[in-house]
Amino acid sequence: MWYLCVFYHRLLEYRKPEFEALAGLFGAESSLEWRLPEDYHPDSPFHFVNLPSEDMARSVASRSILIKGIYEIWGEGHNFEELEEAIGSYPDDRKLPYLSPGSTFKISIDSFGRVLSTRDQSDRLHKLSFIPFKGKVNLRNPEHKFCLIDNDDYGSNNGLPPIVKRKIFFGREIGAADRKLLQTYQLKSRKYLGPTAMDAEMAFLMANQAQVKPGKLVYDPFVGTGSILIAAAHYGAMTMGADIDIRVVRDGRGPNCNVWSNFQQYGLPMPISLLRADNNLPPWRSGLKEMFDAIICDPPYGVRAGGRKSGGRKLLKGVIGPYTVPDDKRTDHIPSTAPYSLAECVHDLLDVAARMLIMGGRLVYFYPVLREDDSPEPTFPEHPCFKLIATCEQILSYRYSRVLLTMVKVAPYTEEIELAAKMKHLEFRENHLKWLEEGNLHSGVFSPADVETNGGDEKFSSKPKYRGKYV
Amino acid sequence: MRLLTHNMLSSNIKGVTNGFPLRIEVEKMVEKEVELNMDFLKNMFAKVEWRALVEASRSMGYSELPDEADSSMLDSDEFLRKFHHALLELHLEEGALVCPETGRKFPVNKGIPNMLLHEDEV
Repeated sequence: MWYLCVFYHRLLEYRKPEFEALAGLFGAESSLEWRLPEDYHPDSPFHFVNLPSEDMARSVASRSILIKGIYEIWGEGHNFEELEEAIGSYPDDRKLPYLSPGSTFKISIDSFGRVLSTRDQSDRLHKLSFIPFKGKVNLRNPEHKFCLIDNDDYGSNNGLPPIVKRKIFFGREIGAADRKLLQTYQLKSRKYLGPTAMDAEMAFLMANQAQVKPGKLVYDPFVGTGSILIAAAHYGAMTMGADIDIRVVRDGRGPNCNVWSNFQQYGLPMPISLLRADNNLPPWRSGLKEMFDAIICDPPYGVRAGGRKSGGRKLLKGVIGPYTVPDDKRTDHIPSTAPYSLAECVHDLLDVAARMLIMGGRLVYFYPVLREDDSPEPTFPEHPCFKLIATCEQILSYRYSRVLLTMVKVAPYTEEIELAAKMKHLEFRENHLKWLEEGNLHSGVFSPADVETNGGDEKFSSKPKYRGKYV
Repeated sequence: MRLLTHNMLSSNIKGVTNGFPLRIEVEKMVEKEVELNMDFLKNMFAKVEWRALVEASRSMGYSELPDEADSSMLDSDEFLRKFHHALLELHLEEGALVCPETGRKFPVNKGIPNMLLHEDEV
């Protein structure tokens, strides 16, 4: 059956992938059919979607972060006359059960891109008097919710091209996102935070992309203060995290301000394990594979935080000679670390994920992209074990954005793949400094701008006014 | 550190071919109750190295696990409870994991194993 899905008008590229990941989680076997209302821009919040059952619609909506509502549409029209006619001809057996005496209901009046005054709302409400509501109004806790939504004349101030024709929808609400969750988990009230702690909304979106559910084991190799695992634990997963910085995973800011206390703060089950390990040289025993159901992470890509790997002085000194630790100093020796290039980091991540994820398991992670005017469509990392199923861009500044990649493991990790990965690993080791130079995102993001000198104004004004992805 | 983690880790020092299982040196261990999840346990049973888990739990002072186990035993509640206890409820809080080949100690402080290698071990 077709439903109208109205999204929140934010994180535009994340909305349909979230919906589809959740539909998969709740049992949809194939990809979903989508349809845009006539004349609508693809980035508008209104989309029709075909779902096998109302139960699925309800489950998807209540688990989602970006769905404002999923509605069974009783009628639509360009004006109220057309709407009345459409609702009139909608089958009674779909309507009457929800209008019966003894039931309670509520009608909300909504308009996209414009705030309606109370008076406007009540005017519109009265225009619905032709619908034979027999139940009682209950605004707090109604059995049935209805919604009148209108894409009124909002001009162009919400980032979308102006609407061609007004459209009014009336329907019964099946479900909606519970965004109170985000308040509970908002970073500003979290005890232990790091400079790159993942914003709660994004962490929950990542957990949804990874189809996290109770009893699954989720791993974050760059766990930091645990902000991504907290979302996974909220959805019932068992969690494991590793980080190369021991101060973050072991000490935090004291006995009541560390990764454990963050989980405690929300009454979530503690991570199964936290350890200090290097994603470049993971300590997993040989033969261990297909351990995790999902790997979710935000790799260090060298803009706000740079990656580190083990082998510091030895690697940096290169050919000068092997660095050795004197025997009497080994016990309390603190090993130095070397910078970790993004290319190597992502290579290692894909290799670890290919080995350690179960078949059908998901790898969800952020990948940074420089946004230059003339740059072609970005290419994303590939791996023979994985199929890329969603790319969701979030623009961070004029210079760069990050893209949330969702990959599914579709092929087993074989000896050939393992061998190829080992060769690549050695190549990275041998050409450590070369890789550090290449793809240095930090300099791309922070180098001084020279646009003003050569007709910079023109360059800025030639940017399209459409700013959907910024929302 | 729980024994599930121990069961996954090995010494990955360059040149070491047999870094598993790591021997456990206990300075302080604690027991923390964890809710039992059958599906998770059954799933993990297929993944763990049983011998290593038995030895590890013995070095933590828990010797209730049978020497051998096969998946038919998962039907027994008693077995599941013991497996659950060994795998998830015993914590090494302070101590070390010792590489069986080189004797190198990976310290465990505040329950966090430090698996990072020295510069000359990579």
